[in-house]
Amino acid sequence: MSLETAGDVKAEWPPYEVFVRSKRGLNHVHVGSIHAADDEMALRHARDVYTRRNEGVSIWVVPSASITASSPDEKDSFFEPSGDKIYRHPTFYDVAEDVPHM
Amino acid sequence: MTVQTEQTKQTEQQHFERTIGHEQRIEPRDWMPDGYRRTLVRQIAQHAHSEIIGMQPEGTWLASAPSLRRKAILVAKVQDEAGHGIYLYSAAETLGVDRQDLTEQLIDRRQKYSSIFNYPTLSYADVGTIGWLVDGAAICNQVPLCRSSYGPYARAMIRVCKEESFHQRQGFELLMTMMTGTDEQRAMVQESVDRWWWPSLMMFGPPDDASPNSAQSMAWGIKRHSNDELRQRFVDMSVPQAEVLGVTLPDPELAWNEERGHYDFGEPDWDELSRVIRGEGACNDERVARRTQAHEDGEWVRAAAAAYAQKQAHPVVEERTA
Amino acid sequence: MTDHENAYSGLVEADSDARWAFGTGFDDPLAGIDASVPPGIDGGRLAAYCLVLGDDSLVMAQRLIQWCTRAPELEEEVALANVALDLLGQTRLLYARAAAADPSSVPALPDGSPVPAEDRLAFFRDPAEFRCVHLVELPDTDFATAIVRLFAFAAWRLALLEALEGSVDPVLAAVAAKAVKEVHYHRDYAARWLVTLAGGTDESRRRTLDAIASTWPYLDELGRADDVSSALLPSGGSADPRAVWSSTRAVLDQVLAAAGVPEPKGAPAGNGDSAGAGPGGRDGRHTEWLEPLLAEMQELARAHPAGRW
Repeated sequence: MSLETAGDVKAEWPPYEVFVRSKRGLNHVHVGSIHAADDEMALRHARDVYTRRNEGVSIWVVPSASITASSPDEKDSFFEPSGDKIYRHPTFYDVAEDVPHM
Repeated sequence: MTVQTEQTKQTEQQHFERTIGHEQRIEPRDWMPDGYRRTLVRQIAQHAHSEIIGMQPEGTWLASAPSLRRKAILVAKVQDEAGHGIYLYSAAETLGVDRQDLTEQLIDRRQKYSSIFNYPTLSYADVGTIGWLVDGAAICNQVPLCRSSYGPYARAMIRVCKEESFHQRQGFELLMTMMTGTDEQRAMVQESVDRWWWPSLMMFGPPDDASPNSAQSMAWGIKRHSNDELRQRFVDMSVPQAEVLGVTLPDPELAWNEERGHYDFGEPDWDELSRVIRGEGACNDERVARRTQAHEDGEWVRAAAAAYAQKQAHPVVEERTA
Repeated sequence: MTDHENAYSGLVEADSDARWAFGTGFDDPLAGIDASVPPGIDGGRLAAYCLVLGDDSLVMAQRLIQWCTRAPELEEEVALANVALDLLGQTRLLYARAAAADPSSVPALPDGSPVPAEDRLAFFRDPAEFRCVHLVELPDTDFATAIVRLFAFAAWRLALLEALEGSVDPVLAAVAAKAVKEVHYHRDYAARWLVTLAGGTDESRRRTLDAIASTWPYLDELGRADDVSSALLPSGGSADPRAVWSSTRAVLDQVLAAAGVPEPKGAPAGNGDSAGAGPGGRDGRHTEWLEPLLAEMQELARAHPAGRW
């Protein structure tokens, strides 16, 4: 087996967005983010951090970089300098804030 | 990035101010003034660092907690603090910084954490007192932040506050239990309260007339109440709790003021606060050194997981280089 | 805090005690459970066996707690603390079972001492009275040794607990059934890390191989028949260490193969034939590391034999 040295791999783990469905019948709700080296680890970390291993809840993890987002207040976004370029991670978009007691 | 016209900038500024004026939340992709972003990054990072450094004073007692139940409660609490750090770093990351950079700024002492964690924990009663007074003061500071104008911070704070109120109850309950124990234990509780009372009052920051950034933060809705307002609220809340507990708060000037409807209290030693903030507290070096060590010792582990993930994602490339 | 009533209220149940390891009350962990010893089982032997199992989880938890504020990443702080909490919970149930099955197993303290039985067992017994295996006593020198040891421990304990789900003591069987779910997660956590570290960088692989080499000799003890288990085996109260070891062995082999790690040299035969190996942790003979670990853990509790915490 050949192994690379750490030199060409960043020790930093990328962020993942975490969505949790606390009960059957509810939507998955964005709860925050965690860092992990891969999808598998992301799921474990999300479970440890955001549900404290409460079984029976469903979790989605999505690499933050994979999210495409729009912002309701952005105007003429094709022609204006795009707001999201200055952010490294398109994260924490606004979910369910207007939905009371969801 | 294209240069924005003066007009666009003005429109955005107005939009931002209107959003804040209507008590609506600013979200990550909204335009925001640079100062607002900088202030938030500084405040959220400092808060996240405080959670992580805050694991240490109590963590000292994990190995020697005096009962299995207390040990488990303390593990759960210190674990919560790691969780709070994660929530808060992730809120900061929505502003375009990342955790690794923030951690490095903590280690290089370019960013601060709450000075309270530079005091040592000398007895097990400190675990209770930290819960009661330090977490109690933190709650007074933090509950208003659940309405912070910045959405991700406000949402992270909702989670933090819910768990924090548990910690306060747990701390108080430990002290109550110890007060029903031996004379030695009661003395331990009183001695601990004597040491932590004044530092807890200082957690609200300098008096309002000496707090340089407060006004702008209030206008931006990043901060909701003045330092002195929150301090008063904390004193009013703590005095009756101390009576229930049967301990004396170490302030001879503490007295109910009928006219104001509040307790009067003495002046904390602000010179001491500045000394601790400057890094001259009992444990500043120790706290930062421990965090640095953990970060450095963990480097090879984080690198290993990243390398492994990369190999799994690109198995063909690995074969070729083999 | 009506401010906070929003989409999150369903996620964080702040008013539920469930997320605290043991709730917030002072309840006996076995409260409400019929603690009588079933006919045909000797209470003393059952108590001794529960103590053995509780000693393993307590010392292992104490080792994991030492990682607190030292983990390689914040998410791992949370994960390691979860494992420690589970093991502490198992310890409390097992000690409570021991105390109920044979009250004489609990150290005596001065009259009127309010210290509960589980804490007398944890804090007021000397190292020679502990019966944990040497594996849990080893200090961690780096994250690789912590992971390798946790993996071996969890694989073994899971096999043991699965066997104990069939114990004729219904209390022990129930405790095992609860713990099986927890330890399943511990084994999975450690196995994934072991594979990751073995396949990560040159450095992580070297550290992992070193950790396996230094840990493996201590597995020998796990497959040995010991007096405490053997005494309870005929009545159906305990698990057969040799059978448990052979299921453990299969899991170890599987994970080492997935990690691309060759069979460690001097791997234990694990057939129970190492009778010449001398006394082990189950006989009250320990490594040099147990005594300082217990001294630190017990110091405060022992200073206040009449204390309430």
